Amino acid sequence: MENKLIISPSPHIHSGDSVERNMYGVLIALVPAFVASLWFFGLGALIVMLASIAFCVAFEYLITKYIMKRESTVSDGSAILTGALLAFNLPSNLPLWIIALGALFAIGVAKMAFGGLGNNIFNPALAGRVFLLISFPAQMTTWPSPGVFPLAYTDGATGATVLSLLNEGASQLPSYTDMLLGRMGGSLGEISAIALLLGLAFMLVRRIITWHIPTSIILTVAAFTGIMYAIDPAGYVNPLVHLLSGGLLLGAIFMATDYVTSPMSKSGMIVFGIGIGIITSVIRLFGSYPEGVSFAILIMNAVTPLINTYFKPTHFGGK
Amino acid sequence: MIVTAICIVGGTGVLCATLLYFISKKFEVAENPLLAQVQEALPAANCGGCGYPGCSAFASACVKASSLDGLLCPVGGSDVMAKVATILGKTADNVEPRVAVVRCNGNCEARLRTNQYDGTRNCRIASQLYGGETGCSFGCFGYGDCEAACTFGAIAVNPSTGLPEVIESKCTACGACVKACPKNLIELRRRGPKSRRIYVSCMNRDKGGPARKACDNACIGCSKCVKECAFDAITMANNLAFIDSLKCRLCRKCVPVCPTGAIIELNFPPRKEAAEAKES
Amino acid sequence: MQKTFRIGGIHPPANKWSAGKAIVKADIPSQAIVPLAQHIGAPAQALVKKGDKLKVGTLIAKAGGFVSANIHSPVSGAVLKIDESLDASGYKRPAIFIDTEGDEWEEGIDLSSEIRRDCKLSPQEIVAAINQAGIVGMGGATFPTHVKLTPPSGFKAEILIINAVECEPFLTSDHALMLAHGEEILIGTSILMRALGVSKAAIGIESNKPDAIALLSRLAASFEGITVVSLKERYPQGGEKQLIDAIIRRQVKSGALPISAGAVVQNAGTAFAVYEAVQKNKPLVERVVTVTGRGVGNPANYLARIGTPLRQLMEASGVISHPGKIISGGPMMGKAVASAEIPVTKGCSGILILSASESKRKQMRNCIRCAKCVDACPMGLNPTLLMNAAEFAAWDTAESNYAADCIECGSCSYVCPSHRPLLDHIRMAKGKVMEIARSRK
Repeated sequence: MENKLIISPSPHIHSGDSVERNMYGVLIALVPAFVASLWFFGLGALIVMLASIAFCVAFEYLITKYIMKRESTVSDGSAILTGALLAFNLPSNLPLWIIALGALFAIGVAKMAFGGLGNNIFNPALAGRVFLLISFPAQMTTWPSPGVFPLAYTDGATGATVLSLLNEGASQLPSYTDMLLGRMGGSLGEISAIALLLGLAFMLVRRIITWHIPTSIILTVAAFTGIMYAIDPAGYVNPLVHLLSGGLLLGAIFMATDYVTSPMSKSGMIVFGIGIGIITSVIRLFGSYPEGVSFAILIMNAVTPLINTYFKPTHFGGK
Repeated sequence: MIVTAICIVGGTGVLCATLLYFISKKFEVAENPLLAQVQEALPAANCGGCGYPGCSAFASACVKASSLDGLLCPVGGSDVMAKVATILGKTADNVEPRVAVVRCNGNCEARLRTNQYDGTRNCRIASQLYGGETGCSFGCFGYGDCEAACTFGAIAVNPSTGLPEVIESKCTACGACVKACPKNLIELRRRGPKSRRIYVSCMNRDKGGPARKACDNACIGCSKCVKECAFDAITMANNLAFIDSLKCRLCRKCVPVCPTGAIIELNFPPRKEAAEAKES
Repeated sequence: MQKTFRIGGIHPPANKWSAGKAIVKADIPSQAIVPLAQHIGAPAQALVKKGDKLKVGTLIAKAGGFVSANIHSPVSGAVLKIDESLDASGYKRPAIFIDTEGDEWEEGIDLSSEIRRDCKLSPQEIVAAINQAGIVGMGGATFPTHVKLTPPSGFKAEILIINAVECEPFLTSDHALMLAHGEEILIGTSILMRALGVSKAAIGIESNKPDAIALLSRLAASFEGITVVSLKERYPQGGEKQLIDAIIRRQVKSGALPISAGAVVQNAGTAFAVYEAVQKNKPLVERVVTVTGRGVGNPANYLARIGTPLRQLMEASGVISHPGKIISGGPMMGKAVASAEIPVTKGCSGILILSASESKRKQMRNCIRCAKCVDACPMGLNPTLLMNAAEFAAWDTAESNYAADCIECGSCSYVCPSHRPLLDHIRMAKGKVMEIARSRK
């Protein structure tokens, strides 16, 4: 009686899609930006990336095994992705112990405390970054100057980011070519616009994400800062600078599109994107922090359940 | 400095307290004081067994009703209803305590699996698809919808038999499992003196041959028990025997005549013959 | 751009291995098991008893109500018994067992292959002939055809849509039928137009069947009012509401009948059966069944008598010794059956046999809220929300999020990267919500 017929409700076939496929797909999309940061920040970028991934995976494994006492979820790739994204949001000269704290907060507090992958309200990597930004403002805002695969880690020369220069009222900004390629100070993953856009193209082709969130964020920021620039060209910079600098592209492409913490319907995604765009622009232009993408995404993460309630998918046949 | 602080904080406190007092007076909801008393007497299980969404809804139904006929808290039973009746100055029917029984005895040995279910382990989902993993389409799936429905932890699927078992001491006869079972296998039966009960543990309405083929413990509709019963308590319909718990005198004569052992006796002392046989 | 429906949808691999294979006449079974409930609605009532001699086409059960259908003997021989038999519903239900002797047909049935094109009957006479022949929706829904041809008062059909989409992967029975009997299908279509009193008909065919599109387009030139519409490959385009949306750009409102959009949809197989019933006086006693899947050596299309056990067709196609799953219908909406002995019924468009390794579901994970199910749902529902509602028995949430509108196409479960059995739960929620709605009335 070994060969009993198997019975289950329809459908009887599956697309073959899996959590792993999506998580590793995003990781592949991160490769170009990581290559850019390796080029400009060298060994430091490699150390921060490896450390962040290792800490995240280790914390997830230990927490699932010893605290939650359930099957380990490390193999689904989400911890690796959180680690990689956290590293992307850190300067490449950050000491290991701070990275470990950030990873613990991201995995332990922002993800596992809510019940693990799928139940978290806030993007774990961003929560980790903001936790570090508030706890260690000095270390988190000292960026190494870009070079050509420099071998220094915590002891290299440091510089400022475009946005902090702006915030301090400096007028000397890097050229647009440098900003596109990433030859400027900043966190690991946020420097090269071209590399990030390559990643976006890859994810769109693989249908890992849809265009709605990144496009609505970018257009909103462009519109908002563009209007301000049109009103007062002397007081504000060209919107292109806002688009190419800081974590805007990284946030719009990789952080805001996190499945778990973004809305489910297309209309909801656009509202979510517009919200992030507005909050980011407001913080950048009027706030005391030079950069607002992380805060904007976290704030909109909190609003996501509300967006899901009010912006439902278009129902067949209308209401 | 300190005095100012005390004055400000204290003053704010007094002001708020006065405000709260007047607001609570102004917007007080007039409530029948009996309601609170009735609610106090109820078990507060909120199981819905009475047919109302919860204990407070049931309490207000009791207070509003002109008589307590038809209103019953199955969890509290006669005792609680008597208390409610005293509070309200009405009379309550004396109800016989009941308990859930599972009318399927097709355990893993008796009822061999003929196919393999790979869908969500939920009885209602499986029942929309087909009759089940065995040849008997009337029997228990064993996926535990009853267990999930029970708020008292009084019914649980035994993994070794694949069948749910009722823990009599915890069962309140609220009927949640009865509604949850898509195959209508669970019956609320008279608890009986000293919890003694006799019932047919099968719901298979197939003819004898197919029923027996599907399950060793199935009722095959042979009617031997009907003939044996001196009190007309057993009826046969659709190839299935049913014992009326109100007519059954618990004489146990039907149990040994059943060729498949489909009739179950519960909480009886061991039979004389059996006990003697054991000794010798 | 090719037409298709506007919300959701998926594109599973077509795997139409039996496409282009001619229809093979299957052997007449030595015993036919004819279930009395082969359609949606009341079961038919048996008119025969044990020992009665029957010819092919003898009426053996009459419709048990308006929404019900006649059943005719698919074989000639003697009634063995009327007993319970397992069928594709998964439960034992009454069926007539007939032992076959020879193959003698009732008189008056035209078995010649001559094509009769002219039809002078009135709409009432056509509906009566269809009713008499026991025709039901042949695409799998098995809704009695005569009921669909009598719209409720206040509704008027404007267009007849013939569903030749066959969007289910693997299945090719309609495709094979179109290639073999294209002209008959068109005549059946014009008869249905006459019955409904409409001047327009559209035959919707997915673009993966270019030979059928070409053939029917060529033949349709000599039929007034019939157009062939090539549709983009997309599942579930064969869903009634999706097909109406794809062809005439109207969305049937939640809870409304398709006729409210002015359209009546009939399957291509139904149109062929209508032709045979009206022009040839032949009742519905046989149908085309695709037998396919990794579990058979030779995927094929058979013309099988109703009541033929699935096992006979599977053996004709060289079934493997230990199939994992036998599905009556296609892989998306078909029903897994517990036994190969169940009979072919009027709604059985295919038998899909999967090997053991592809039959098992994968382990389910947490929902990662990727919203791929939301994108896939052709009804614009939120499947993951509905599944949560069902798990927590929140039937009011399920109802207010249109659980009852689910067409059970399975697109949500198909795309879910976490392998969550969304449709299992939504189907339960749908049943429960409809039960609650009924009790409220």
